[in-house]
Amino acid sequence: MLKFHQAKLDNGLHIVAESSDTARSVAFGFFIRTGGRDELGPEIGLSHFLEHMMFKGTDRRSAHDVNREFDEMGAKYNAFTSNENTVYYGNVLPEFLPRLADLLADMMRPSLRQEDFDMEKKVILEEMAMYEDLPQHDLADKALKTHFGEHGLGNPVIGTKQSITGLTSAQMRDYFSRRYAAGNMLAVAAGALDFGQFVDLISERCSQWDKVSAQRDLTPAKPSLGTQTFQKTTLTRQHLLLISPAPSAQDQDRFAAAILANAVGDETGSRYFWALVEPALADVACCAYQPLDGAGMFMSYFCCDPDQAEKVVKIARAELTRFTQDGITPDELARSANKTASALTLSSEVPMGRFVSLGMNWQYLQQYRSLAADLDSIRAVTAEQVNRLARELTIDRTTTVALGPLEKVV
Amino acid sequence: MDPSKIYTHQLDNGFVLVAEHMEAVSSASFTFLLPAGAKHDPADGLGSAAVLLDWVFRGAGNLDSRQLDSLLDGLGLHRESSVAIEYTVLAGALLGDNLHQALDAYAGIIRRPHLPAERFDPSRQLVLQQLASQDDDPRSKLMVGLRKRHFPEPLGRNPLGVHDQLSVLQGSTVADLHQKSYLPDRTILAVAGSFDWPKLREKVSSLFTDWSGQPAPEPELGSAGPKTDHLSQQTAQTQIGIAYDSVPPTHPGYYRACLAVAVLSGGMSGRLFTEVREKRGLCYHVAARHHVLKGRGTVLCYAGTADDRAQQTLDVTLAELKRLPEGITQAELDRAKIGLKASLIMQGESTTARSASAAADYYHLARVRSLDEISDAIDAVRVSDLLDHLQQFPPTDFTILTLGSKKLEVPC
Repeated sequence: MLKFHQAKLDNGLHIVAESSDTARSVAFGFFIRTGGRDELGPEIGLSHFLEHMMFKGTDRRSAHDVNREFDEMGAKYNAFTSNENTVYYGNVLPEFLPRLADLLADMMRPSLRQEDFDMEKKVILEEMAMYEDLPQHDLADKALKTHFGEHGLGNPVIGTKQSITGLTSAQMRDYFSRRYAAGNMLAVAAGALDFGQFVDLISERCSQWDKVSAQRDLTPAKPSLGTQTFQKTTLTRQHLLLISPAPSAQDQDRFAAAILANAVGDETGSRYFWALVEPALADVACCAYQPLDGAGMFMSYFCCDPDQAEKVVKIARAELTRFTQDGITPDELARSANKTASALTLSSEVPMGRFVSLGMNWQYLQQYRSLAADLDSIRAVTAEQVNRLARELTIDRTTTVALGPLEKVV
Repeated sequence: MDPSKIYTHQLDNGFVLVAEHMEAVSSASFTFLLPAGAKHDPADGLGSAAVLLDWVFRGAGNLDSRQLDSLLDGLGLHRESSVAIEYTVLAGALLGDNLHQALDAYAGIIRRPHLPAERFDPSRQLVLQQLASQDDDPRSKLMVGLRKRHFPEPLGRNPLGVHDQLSVLQGSTVADLHQKSYLPDRTILAVAGSFDWPKLREKVSSLFTDWSGQPAPEPELGSAGPKTDHLSQQTAQTQIGIAYDSVPPTHPGYYRACLAVAVLSGGMSGRLFTEVREKRGLCYHVAARHHVLKGRGTVLCYAGTADDRAQQTLDVTLAELKRLPEGITQAELDRAKIGLKASLIMQGESTTARSASAAADYYHLARVRSLDEISDAIDAVRVSDLLDHLQQFPPTDFTILTLGSKKLEVPC
């Protein structure tokens, strides 16, 4: 039995939770409505750098204390930063929830010590080098920049060598005070928990946080739909990314968009699979729907031999055009709905899956959505809805970015 | 702690079904382990099992390729399949109500694939491409290279094969491998989640009872090495891989070995993360894990770092490994224990994790351990036990492989 609960502290901090009487663990954490798109001027990469620094200790704890305490609870813990969200979390056995709440809440008010800042800068530069060696990551950063241009959604979350090297701890403190205000944060828990006790835990530790309003610039992006090739002769394969606009995270059409992406480019049984993977023109050909705050995108990724790259792009575009013209078949709609529903059910069986869903729904919709409600929405998608979406969005008009040995891919 | 129930049923032909019923889930996950690992690939046809795995999905039983794909997708099946060194894995997860239909389809894929001659070449080409893609993933390339140097042939093979042999691989070789290795004896099917045991047992029996044949005997082991080596490649980071022998799950010291690795790399307070990343900022990713093959345990370590700091990263990592037997605190052991036990309990919430784990247990131990049994065994380990174990099996005799633009000095 799953039950939703919510509360709000006087300083604006929202608390949302879904309790389960069958879960054996509980996931708890903070969502902050901040990421790459909220960075100004030279701040590129700051949200992610700050995420690392949040583990470096507080007035009450050293960096080692933070790591040690997580491990003393046997927690599965980490954090991630995207263009729009920064999330800190731990998954623990229920008896450790009070201790986890104390630790994570304390971490949300960090010391940001200069010596830690200097040491962690080295780690960030190493992480950047790691992504540079992984063409999928490298390509995604380049493609977002090409697609979104100077809009904040085009900022690389990891930053650039130049931006990270130039950042100061004073800039970080300033960004922290602007973005980590109580009203811009959300405490989320899912799994085995007592909500009354949970609110007391959060209230005791977070009530004194300042109430500062934090805004996000929601100026709509103007995607370029341009084409660009980045040559890297040390790569063996050609990596390709096509991006086109899609419904936002707030749009009623988001479930139809998820089904559209699945029908076009799921790993199995999709249009891309039959046109590109089955005949071995590419070993990877997939399409994902990425909903964003007031924006959205379909992203198609392909990995192929360089001498097949032109053909792969041509066929992929032709498949998108054909989908736009002919529409989804009843069989495709049923299969994609089943796969999407099944994946959601599986991920929801563990508290971490519900934690992410609960937090993201609140961030984008200020709304609780049960698993059953999401499954109903998936089942309710019609062929007409998917086809209208494909036509209106002209999904075959894409930003096309290539990375690999070729000098140019048209 | 553990409300789940474990069932086992073996058919006369050697096929084993193990199942773990889980409360409060609507999904079911299944994992087939077939004795068709890369170690059984013909010596002149390396990569055959990987090609076969793609080929078997191109039509089976009374369904052609599109019909089969449509059926599996229509069931909402999430599929995972791969070739490992010891076996081929065919796994899936879906709503428990659809489990029997999925098993019908998989019985066809495993026993009656069409292996259409005209689709052999795309299957072969896809594996060639996956192999080429490893070149663009330095960490994978390093770890494949490390296993090749640490394990005796054929246990160190790359499951994707080698380019020159794949380029001339014949369909008849791969079809022959299907006849010789997709066989009931030593095949394990593990199911976890929502199911009715009597019905599942009956279903699986009806699908696999009239299947016969014994796979080839275990291949003889050859040589490994060299112990230290370097792969030259222009990359942003130098990749460092280290392997050393440990003990397998059948060994009485197995849990001690797992706890020792957890002290090294169980969380962010583990020794490697603390010494290499936190204190020195040498890298972003550094980790060690305990890896098992039948009758063989191994610790595999990885670090990736900038060229000018790679030597120091290697030196600090090796020093941490070597000093492990010198002493471990009670607090370190306590953290390692709670980390492993919490992982177990959380694994008990996921049907995919439990079916994979039950299949692996049966493969290594010929039985499935309950979560309580594992938890009790972890609890029983004392600091003195861990140190005794490390005296007996110290981190030593390292196989070290680096990848990057500059070769490193490896201490004797």
